Amino acid sequence: MASLRVLVGCKRVIDYAVKIRVKPDKSGVVTEGVKHSMNPFDEIAVEEAIRMKEKKLASEVIAFSCGPTASQETLRTAMAMGADRSIHVEVDANQAEIIQPIHIAKLLSKIAQEEKADIVMVGKQAIDDDCNQTAQMTAALLDWPQATFASKLEPAEGGLKVTREIDGGLETIQVKTPTVISSDLRLNEPRYATLPNIMKAKKKPLAKKKPEDYGVEIKAHQEIKKVEDPPTREAGQKLETVEELVTKLKDGGFI
Amino acid sequence: MLASKLSRNRFCTLLKRCKSTLVIVEHNNEKVTPITLNTVSAASKLGGEISCLVAGSQCAKVAEEVSKIKGVNKVLLADSDAFKGFLPEALAPLLIATQNQFKYSHILAGATAFGKNLIPRVAAKMDVSPISDIIGVESEDTFVRTIYAGNAVQTVKSNDDIKLVTVRGTAFPPAEETGGSAATDKAPVDGISNDLSKFISQELSKSDRPELTSAKTVISGGRGMKNGENFKMLYDLADKMNAAVGASRAAVDAGYVPNDLQVGQTGKIVAPELYIAVGISGAIQHLAGMKDSKVIVAINKDPEAPIFQVADYGLVADLFKVIPEMDGMLK
Repeated sequence: MASLRVLVGCKRVIDYAVKIRVKPDKSGVVTEGVKHSMNPFDEIAVEEAIRMKEKKLASEVIAFSCGPTASQETLRTAMAMGADRSIHVEVDANQAEIIQPIHIAKLLSKIAQEEKADIVMVGKQAIDDDCNQTAQMTAALLDWPQATFASKLEPAEGGLKVTREIDGGLETIQVKTPTVISSDLRLNEPRYATLPNIMKAKKKPLAKKKPEDYGVEIKAHQEIKKVEDPPTREAGQKLETVEELVTKLKDGGFI
Repeated sequence: MLASKLSRNRFCTLLKRCKSTLVIVEHNNEKVTPITLNTVSAASKLGGEISCLVAGSQCAKVAEEVSKIKGVNKVLLADSDAFKGFLPEALAPLLIATQNQFKYSHILAGATAFGKNLIPRVAAKMDVSPISDIIGVESEDTFVRTIYAGNAVQTVKSNDDIKLVTVRGTAFPPAEETGGSAATDKAPVDGISNDLSKFISQELSKSDRPELTSAKTVISGGRGMKNGENFKMLYDLADKMNAAVGASRAAVDAGYVPNDLQVGQTGKIVAPELYIAVGISGAIQHLAGMKDSKVIVAINKDPEAPIFQVADYGLVADLFKVIPEMDGMLK
């Protein structure tokens, strides 16, 4: 399986450390002028794809992102980490509003076929919409097996052996290639892009496409009625001693 | 005019009668996983009939248990070796065959590793955009869910004909386990096989403590615990309080405890009566998993730790003094 081609999806999201603000008109959250970066789970997916190439399991790593022009920064980051080339599917502001995992899955499945990919890798969820759907939907559209929430990948006869993080612990499954994988936090520790590699990444090919190029229609499956702040908790009380804490817990009927 | 109004009323009743929900039962071939009860309760908010699908191998016992859940009208049993390991490559075709036969308006599963793995695969096959991890039902097509690690609450209306939804267990009370008497039917399992994937093994963490996501009390440790051995203090305290033990990502990444104890945006979402955070700073990603707890207690030596902003009771002190002292007082 020395010549696997890996297609890896990366999403540009508001940086995980930013405290987000809900827009006063409740239409969404403020994204203008806010620091964005690659979805942390996608960084893990990119890292794993590159490691597969370094282990000579993969022959080529293609990074994909769908979004406004700024998504190209995310693709440059993926290429600086080691992806060979990129495909950017650009959507306009109206389309960007309604785009959902189902649209991304349609694009990914078309591109996977066109590029003859053997593995599609994405993060298990994006930290903005928290959907956790894209990998599963892409696998369905391609009729490929899925290995979600992966924390370990090993080559196996005819495919991959994947350890998955499940609720009670870990589970190992075997999937045939071609396959779709979604990365969990524990899969690896993503590398930093070094300055020379950032410079090199500027010269790597980045193909600019539109959803129509892949015959994908961006139709609104859902309408966001409103986005609000979560209920705030009332200010608590600082206690001085352990006795006080234990008394409070006793009063509350907890002990 | 009157006639058209009448016929519209009749049409509405018909629609109402057509509304029907399928709940995918999560189980281990022996017992129903508790989140199934919360999912049934979310289903009952939609109105209409509730059917439950029990798919597995040698799982007739589970179907019997499900038939007694209050509010369940029908149980569909899909018993086949093809469902070993509950792989979505086999379960998705089963769900599609079931949907083709019974035409549900809603398909629900708990938002667990199982539900999250399965529902989107089925949705894509039906060309439907699923709705993940709902915390509320506004109406039959409008749902409430959180985004950005619980820092915003989104109300979303689905335009799809079939609504595929995963349900956050902690947001809905469990349905009663008894009082129902649903009839059991066979689900269409013929011709379903799976040669794309294979279940190999499972390594489940064994514990006598209550299960994390349904425990009334949770005691969690973070980086401040310093090592895995020190977690024993929390285990001892937890045993006295009949509590489950959780952890922050830092504690999991440092190898103090296994991954499945992680509470947070990407781990488990818990909402116990009492949550005690020990040596946890309270990063956004951790708060996402516990801030709906009724009472939050924070024990941390750093008075500036963000966890104190959500804590009902905060104790600024060294956990290595506080925990043994608490333990002593509970004897």
